[in-house]
Amino acid sequence: MAKVPVQFTLNGSEKAEFVESGTTLLHALRDKIGDTSPKGGCHQGTCGACSVIIDGELRLSCLTLAETCNGTDIKTTAGLAEGGVLHPLQRAFLDAFATQCGFCTPGMIMAAKVLLDRTPNPSREEVIEALSGNICRCTGYEPIIQAVLTAARANSQNAA
Amino acid sequence: MSLALRTFSSVKDANTALQVSGTRYLGGGTLVIRAANEGDVSVSSLIRVTDPGLSQIAVSDDKVWLGASVTMAAIARRPELAALAPAARAVGGPAIRNMATVGGNLFATAPYGDFAVALLALDATVATEDGEMPIETFLAGRDTSRAIVTAVGFSLPKAESFRFLKVSRIKPKGISVLSIAAHLQRTVDGSVTSARIALGCMADRPMRAKAAEKALLGCKLTPQEIAPALAAAVEGIAPITDPIASAWYRAEVLPVHLGRLLLT
Repeated sequence: MAKVPVQFTLNGSEKAEFVESGTTLLHALRDKIGDTSPKGGCHQGTCGACSVIIDGELRLSCLTLAETCNGTDIKTTAGLAEGGVLHPLQRAFLDAFATQCGFCTPGMIMAAKVLLDRTPNPSREEVIEALSGNICRCTGYEPIIQAVLTAARANSQNAA
Repeated sequence: MSLALRTFSSVKDANTALQVSGTRYLGGGTLVIRAANEGDVSVSSLIRVTDPGLSQIAVSDDKVWLGASVTMAAIARRPELAALAPAARAVGGPAIRNMATVGGNLFATAPYGDFAVALLALDATVATEDGEMPIETFLAGRDTSRAIVTAVGFSLPKAESFRFLKVSRIKPKGISVLSIAAHLQRTVDGSVTSARIALGCMADRPMRAKAAEKALLGCKLTPQEIAPALAAAVEGIAPITDPIASAWYRAEVLPVHLGRLLLT
């Protein structure tokens, strides 16, 4: 199978790789580039564990071909912490016990980040809607919803 | 998995490439990559078209043309398309809606394809390089269709004349038990003068409830007057059975939900 070049920005740094045509972005990120923060759950677009942000929009990396991402700006949960300081969403997830096994957490955090980037003070309903494509089998969702609302409050206090 | 993806700038060139067996068109990827991930070996190569015209939404007067690559998210955020927003938002979660396209939804087998149910109720026109055809004709022949859909056109319904309902067990988002779209014209006193009702999950693809449409004519939307239409809604249906619901269950609850939609 012919290899094709892919080139994109991942969490602020330029990445270039050769992948087999038809390789999913999830596979390229995890097995080629070494960013294992997006998780391969269902590979069917159902669980949301592989969610990443491409050019500011939430997408499923398991259903996206790497070669269609040339020239895009990709963000994953691995790029959120700055200099060892956790992102407010990561801190809130820890503090609220919003993560148990942790498998859904990177996808949840990406979905929440897109929400807070556009809607800094979301309502509870907006948080639920934003997370509606992400499945968690541990927490029962309530701690996750609370964590996102807490992170939103922390952000707005910092901005004030 | 090995899939070869070829990218074309024009639909015409891609249409030629699509004739090769084992080739599928890649839109948002939510159907075809899903199939490949699941082990569908009938997909060996993919083609896509980067023509920006496929992603355009054109609204003039009351006529709308949605390019085949327009996503559910793009429809949901267009103020002029507010009547269709509930149907666009019914598809998947936020990430899926950023990817799933109008063209792809026409090919989604039940329990998916909720947006196509809305398009069927609106008597949409499906455009390919070969010309245009009514959505009903398109859906009937979609299994053997080898022409890339370029756009879908319809007359924009007035918000009060168009109703859409998706029923799922998981809140706020889940796979359809069923979906219903109804486009109703009524006189000032509320009598139905024309009705077009489309159903999702009542066959492998969206279908019309023609007997119910006929029974609604001349009726006011009251529990007594719509009762014959609700009884007629199950005529000709062959609901799917899947882990969400059995065919029996879907047939039992269809009149209930149609009643709720008509009486809201």
